[in-house]
Amino acid sequence: MNGIHDMGGMDGFGKVEAEANEPPFHARWEGRVLAMQRAMGYAGAWHIDHSRFAQETLPPQVYLTVSYYQRWELAMEKNLVDRGYVTADELAAGHALHRTRPLDHKLTLDVVRAGMARNSFFRQQQGPARFKSGDRVRTTNINPATHTRLPRYARDKLGVVERIHGCHAYPDSVAADKGDDPQWLYTVVFDGREIWGPDAEPTLKISIDAFEPYLEPHLEPA
Amino acid sequence: MTAHDHNHDHDDEHGSELSETQLRVRALETILTEKGYVDPAALDAIVETYETRIGPRNGAVVVAKAWTDPAFRQALLSDATKAVATLGHVSKVGDHLVAVENTPERHNMIVCTLCSCYPWEVLGLPPVWYKSAPYRSRAVKDPRGVLADFGVELPKATEIRVWDSTAETRFLVLPMRPAGTEGWSEERLADLVTRDSMIGTGLARKPGELAQ
Repeated sequence: MNGIHDMGGMDGFGKVEAEANEPPFHARWEGRVLAMQRAMGYAGAWHIDHSRFAQETLPPQVYLTVSYYQRWELAMEKNLVDRGYVTADELAAGHALHRTRPLDHKLTLDVVRAGMARNSFFRQQQGPARFKSGDRVRTTNINPATHTRLPRYARDKLGVVERIHGCHAYPDSVAADKGDDPQWLYTVVFDGREIWGPDAEPTLKISIDAFEPYLEPHLEPA
Repeated sequence: MTAHDHNHDHDDEHGSELSETQLRVRALETILTEKGYVDPAALDAIVETYETRIGPRNGAVVVAKAWTDPAFRQALLSDATKAVATLGHVSKVGDHLVAVENTPERHNMIVCTLCSCYPWEVLGLPPVWYKSAPYRSRAVKDPRGVLADFGVELPKATEIRVWDSTAETRFLVLPMRPAGTEGWSEERLADLVTRDSMIGTGLARKPGELAQ
């Protein structure tokens, strides 16, 4: 979706200000939010792309004014309610009131202690890769109202395939509850001027990781 | 950084006032615990992991090894997931880690313009600035300006390559080894490797910049 989260290339947000000796969490609740999110992900309550999409659909004025882990918390509430794990009256009461959807797994202390690894997003390939390293490609011009990982600044742009990362679950499909729909994933690199025009920094190259449906072959004029 | 990034509700564990966010999070944990979806002890352990065990030191060890061991450097650049997994003392790595090498000709910088994708296993949790609007908006358009915010200036001819982490691939920058470190041990070298140098918004420290 063309939401406020898609920030690449926007102006006006000011300088980047780093905090010296920044702690992992600035408040205890931030750690609880992160941990609950990990636990619910492990339990299979929803996919990471559902979390992302839930954040993206927050009203822009909320997205911009709450802190990072507040966004996570709001997105978690949305997924909990939308997916039938918690009801709105339970959130208001601060207690469980109803029998709700069961979960097959539960993150236990033993699992955490054994060292949690990130999920693998590799999926069985459905067919041969359409592109190879060095191919010139044009990104598609898409503007779905749903989740996509093709940023606005990189749409309808000419680039070159640089790396192939195998077949991965396709976030555009996963976030829409349409299944993994595995797709080949490529690093595609663009010249800065292709993205930002002739005034761009001349030494700039930008790459995105693009799923195959985002790409069309670029055929040189005969 | 915009004002909202400073808008953290600092816990005041010994005080009596609880912010609305603290109350919401507490309520959520109560509900999820009562329903049997989460185990508070497991949550404690996750928090502790990120507070004490996983941080930029994990990545610094990887970089220092790549600086001293050409075979490891090659393995890291061809398959970072596999290479890092061979170092038993580093936390488990997901399947999609990619290491990119800085050279005199090319400087790499990592961003996630859409959210906050970051190689947690080797760098820990991302700093606030990495997730902030100023960084996400400007890194792809004005990376030299962003570097200037970090006090870094690169030669005009150096290619700046910005990697936007738009999928599940996670990127680790292999910074250039500082001059004057010949013969140093991996452990000593790791002290030169900053978090920002592995994101690409900084360079590795020079020997003289180490606190004595």
